[in-house]
Amino acid sequence: MGLALMAVIWLITLISTYFFVAKTWWLPVGAADAAKFIDGQLALTFVLMGIVFLAAQLSLGYLVWKYREQPSSPPVQYSHGNTTLEIVWTVLTTILFVGLNLMGSRVWANERFEQAGPGAVQVEVTGMQFAWYFRYPGPDGKYGATSPKLMDPSAGGDAAVGLNTSDPAAKDDVVTGTMYLPVDREVDVSLRAVDVIHSFFVPQLRFKQDAVPGLNIHMHFKPTAIGEYEIACAELCGLGHYKMHGMVHVVSQEDFDKWLAAREAEKQ
Amino acid sequence: MATAATVHAHAPQGFIRKYIFSLDHKVIGIQYFFLALTAVWVGMFLSLLMRLHLIFPDAVLPLVGAIKPETYLSLLTMHGTIMVFFVLTTAPQGGFGNYFLPIQIGAPDMAFPVLNMLSFWTTFVAFMVMLAAFFVTGGAPLHGWTGYAPLSALPSAGPGEQLGADLWITSIAIFCIASLMGALNFLTTTLDMRAKGMTMMRMPLTVWSWFITAILGLLAFGVLLSAGILLLMDRNLGTSFYVPLVVVNGQIMGHKGGSPLLWQHLFWFFGHPEVYIAILPGMGVASQVLSTFSRKPIFGYRAMVYAMLGIGFFGFMVWGHHMFMSGMSPYSAFAFSLLTMCIGVPSAIKTFNWLGTMYKARIRFHTPMLYAIGFVSLFVSGGLSGPFLAQPVLDIQLHDTYFVVGHFHLIMGVAAIFGMFAATYYWFPKMFGRMMNETWGRVHFFLTLAGTYAIFMPMHYLGVAGGTRRYSQYTEVAYLQKLMPIHQFMTYAAIITIAAQFIFVINLFWSMFKGPKASDNPWEATTLEWTTATPPPHDNFNGVTPVVNHGPYEYGVPGAPKDYVMQTDPPTAAAH
Repeated sequence: MGLALMAVIWLITLISTYFFVAKTWWLPVGAADAAKFIDGQLALTFVLMGIVFLAAQLSLGYLVWKYREQPSSPPVQYSHGNTTLEIVWTVLTTILFVGLNLMGSRVWANERFEQAGPGAVQVEVTGMQFAWYFRYPGPDGKYGATSPKLMDPSAGGDAAVGLNTSDPAAKDDVVTGTMYLPVDREVDVSLRAVDVIHSFFVPQLRFKQDAVPGLNIHMHFKPTAIGEYEIACAELCGLGHYKMHGMVHVVSQEDFDKWLAAREAEKQ
Repeated sequence: MATAATVHAHAPQGFIRKYIFSLDHKVIGIQYFFLALTAVWVGMFLSLLMRLHLIFPDAVLPLVGAIKPETYLSLLTMHGTIMVFFVLTTAPQGGFGNYFLPIQIGAPDMAFPVLNMLSFWTTFVAFMVMLAAFFVTGGAPLHGWTGYAPLSALPSAGPGEQLGADLWITSIAIFCIASLMGALNFLTTTLDMRAKGMTMMRMPLTVWSWFITAILGLLAFGVLLSAGILLLMDRNLGTSFYVPLVVVNGQIMGHKGGSPLLWQHLFWFFGHPEVYIAILPGMGVASQVLSTFSRKPIFGYRAMVYAMLGIGFFGFMVWGHHMFMSGMSPYSAFAFSLLTMCIGVPSAIKTFNWLGTMYKARIRFHTPMLYAIGFVSLFVSGGLSGPFLAQPVLDIQLHDTYFVVGHFHLIMGVAAIFGMFAATYYWFPKMFGRMMNETWGRVHFFLTLAGTYAIFMPMHYLGVAGGTRRYSQYTEVAYLQKLMPIHQFMTYAAIITIAAQFIFVINLFWSMFKGPKASDNPWEATTLEWTTATPPPHDNFNGVTPVVNHGPYEYGVPGAPKDYVMQTDPPTAAAH
């Protein structure tokens, strides 16, 4: 029984570890500047926790096999523990966990403590059951007023976010269902939700943030590779949660300017 | 004490007072056990339907027919709620705690037997109200077991959010009241009714775990109860605690100025300690069983007690780690993250001590021991994904993915359930007077261990790859479709694991009537429940109050006549 138990525990441990090491399923290729920090911290955590995982599971398996009761077993070691050992492993695990935490916190501070710098692309992201809308402030750099009274999700576009077209600042606002971003420029997103909580998650951009009714949350990120990236809603928002899907198109600055100009032209 | 003594002057005679509205903590413990056993089959059936739907989205399934997206979400809501409240909270504490806490401290009953009966029947009512949500118009709610507002606060936010959601909240509120009554009883009993010589530091670790769990319950359930009442008011009385001005499907709702994050703070102030309410009794049982079947004292008894106290203490300061992506201040994430990592320390201490207990031991592989070893393995596996999720920067990728689902299922789901299996196989002889079948116990163990790992380990791979949770179908997002092979594997693993649970119930009921008769102390264990008759008499010790002379885990004492010294053995039998 001891041998069977050791074999099963070891097998489970090694198979589980294999898929993490082989990276059969892993992070999608990063397309934002945060990717190298986040991926690095994730890899570091995997290595450290992996070592602890292997050490703990393999010794558990070994102990149950080694100390199985047999007629030839020596008497047990009568011991109520060892204070020195308790102190040693308490100190070691404290250093490990707190150290790991402090390293991760530096990355977190870089991502979230600072607001976006001047010159960032402004985009407002609005979540509603079950769609994403993106608003660009236009040449005036100012978002026009919106009003809940004007919201009409079935109409889409400007009406979906309740844009008040009588506000002069709203005249040049562009509202779309697909997010366009220029590559290598910081993006200042302001996240809003009109009904329930949604979460704007773009795995390849290493970005996730809840959009919460009543709050206007400012976050920033910087795409670094041209491409098309999927948005998946990450907060349960109702029956259509699974299909609250969108796209981010990261394009060159030139293509972005062209795209935005064309949308402006459509409005006039 | 006087209350309990009066009540125990005469054992009740009639069937109803003896088995239905019983004041006997042992009967109430068994009632809780069977309530949880019923609930776990309901919860497991719901999970089976979910797993089948995920890989056969168009299939017509038994009892529910074709599963619509909202049906799927109500399955996951009810699965989570039933499992957390009516299984993970009910069986370890209400079931085994009720039965064995008084006996293990040498008391004739709980301090407040009537309150004990009330807390069981209140829990029962809560369960009935919860099940009723399935059958009302609109069905069960779809807002997940966490019930985030405004989704949970707005009847028009989705199907199931009408009467079903009201019943869901009401059931939880009733459950909170029951748990508060239970917690008071556990605390008073532990503090006031210990036998002579049963000092706090001679209490079995199971008693410590129930005691600390009761403290957590007393502090946590009151908050959830209040939060739930506010939610009911938002839904039915037009208040705006959790709901700001929102527009649902073009309609302006009548709320203004509320905060969706307030619900999250209140919910997780309960929700995180709840994790420890589920797992602490498992830690207690694992310690008890590991020591018994290693034939060795538990390694570092005091360290184990302090570690559980530390886990309970820190458990109240980390709720914000569920909210790193919620829009909460990034500065507070820093503090919550650091405190969360600190919980890893007492958890690691416990693991080291369990391994230390088996070092230079003579391990007997009875089924309870297999489950206790499985508990340690699962506790390590589920615990080590904690330091990932405790880092807000990694939550940017992992929050609300299957990585989280894998993490909490391994640790508070499967590890806690392994604790319950260990407890069932260990105490079954005392509770029902007969032994369970060992061979089928072993088969059940190996299938369940391999099966649960096969279900929940792949969830971590899914999560790292960005696999979002709570999706009724993975057909709408291209990168999620590529992860379908993992879902298929998990579903097949779930079918096999669920099938294996029939072995357990059949063994349980068969042994209850046909198993070989158990002696008073079949495992050669040391704690007080093994000093009394099997099954124990109505007042537990036949009118004798036990006197305790030894610590709880005196195995392998040099010079002692047997390889174990029971807690009531004369003082001369051992040095301690």
